[in-house]
Amino acid sequence: MPKVSSKLAAAIKCSDEFNADACMHCGICTAVCPMGYEILPRKLFRYVQVGLEDKVKENISNIYSCLLCGMCSENCPAEVNIPENVRFLRKYLNEKEFNLS
Amino acid sequence: MPLPTKDILGILADNLNQRKSVLPMSAAKTTRWAKGLDLPKGGKTIIYTGHMYQLIPVIDAMAGQMAKLEDSPITKMFGLGRNVNKLVNMTFFMGLLASKAEQADYDRMLRNIAGLLKKAGVEFGYLYGEELYSGALVYDEGIDGSFAKHAQRVCDLFKKHGVTKVITVDPHTTHTLRTAYPQFVEGFDVEVKSYLEVLAESGMEPTSQLSDELALHDSCIYARHENMVEQPRELLGKAGVKLNEPDLCGKNTHCCGGPLESLFPTESHRIAGNRAEQLKETGSNVASMCPICLVSLRKAAKGSVQVNDISDTLAKAYGV
Repeated sequence: MPKVSSKLAAAIKCSDEFNADACMHCGICTAVCPMGYEILPRKLFRYVQVGLEDKVKENISNIYSCLLCGMCSENCPAEVNIPENVRFLRKYLNEKEFNLS
Repeated sequence: MPLPTKDILGILADNLNQRKSVLPMSAAKTTRWAKGLDLPKGGKTIIYTGHMYQLIPVIDAMAGQMAKLEDSPITKMFGLGRNVNKLVNMTFFMGLLASKAEQADYDRMLRNIAGLLKKAGVEFGYLYGEELYSGALVYDEGIDGSFAKHAQRVCDLFKKHGVTKVITVDPHTTHTLRTAYPQFVEGFDVEVKSYLEVLAESGMEPTSQLSDELALHDSCIYARHENMVEQPRELLGKAGVKLNEPDLCGKNTHCCGGPLESLFPTESHRIAGNRAEQLKETGSNVASMCPICLVSLRKAAKGSVQVNDISDTLAKAYGV
């Protein structure tokens, strides 16, 4: 049974630039992402929104594989600042998993 | 086994904290390009390389070694490597592997840029050995504490020299200084412009018309993060260069894969290969405006298409 935590999104949100909650899950970001990984970026932020921290941790490689190229946010109809959201997620993992700040 | 993310990020952060750069280089190497140009030291307006062009030959040598390790059991040793690196600057040894010809090539691009700024009538100085890396990679990886300290260090350096305007030469340094620093350093008010913006604004005129046909590879950061699309096109267009744009260009440009080189070299090369194919379809030689794009695309194209820095074409057209 996956554990959910309502606090995950709040813990990652360290500024108003973290606006993954504006996502309406249309999937355009995933379709245009040069990496072609199913999880990037929509599904990843769905895990964050519902607080599936274990799922986020299972996908650490994918999170650091994001190019931050911004093709997703350029084409996002909800104007989510996706690269900045990925950066915040990395910051969270660096501190929590890698003891790096 | 993939390269160990934690240990590599740790080494990059340790280097920035201890040695003020993710890949520390000697001042002799970072300033060699400016030899004989008689640029004044410091000044209100300065050119700021952020060491990016100078770092490429070192990164290139290092990437070759890292790619060999990607599926090797040696990856388990990176934790130990991180501890050794705290005592001994391991990057120094990587620097010894850098190709002399490649170093001369990238130094020439920086001289092109300084020459173009002079031709445009811009007065500027240079911080020489005091200049610091921008911290771009540590910012991208979300190591914000180390980045914040470094941004403050660079800001203090600007204050010490009374710098009010910085002319950058690559997209990563432009973005880090212009967009990230104001979020991390209170009251950061130094004006930051890319040399391509400065040249376009100057209204400089070419000294010769070229018959070149080029495909322009837009940097993701310049185009999407810094909204800089028209300036390079305007400068090339005035000089008669015909642009054969790839399908994905301008704000919809495709990444060169370079940002993944340090952690996921195989994936980085896959993305670079995809972009090189798209550029090849234009049937033209390619101009890039970022040293990371340049090295990634050159390696991916394997000579099937010529990839050069935009400053080479501009230097030819504007009489440098």
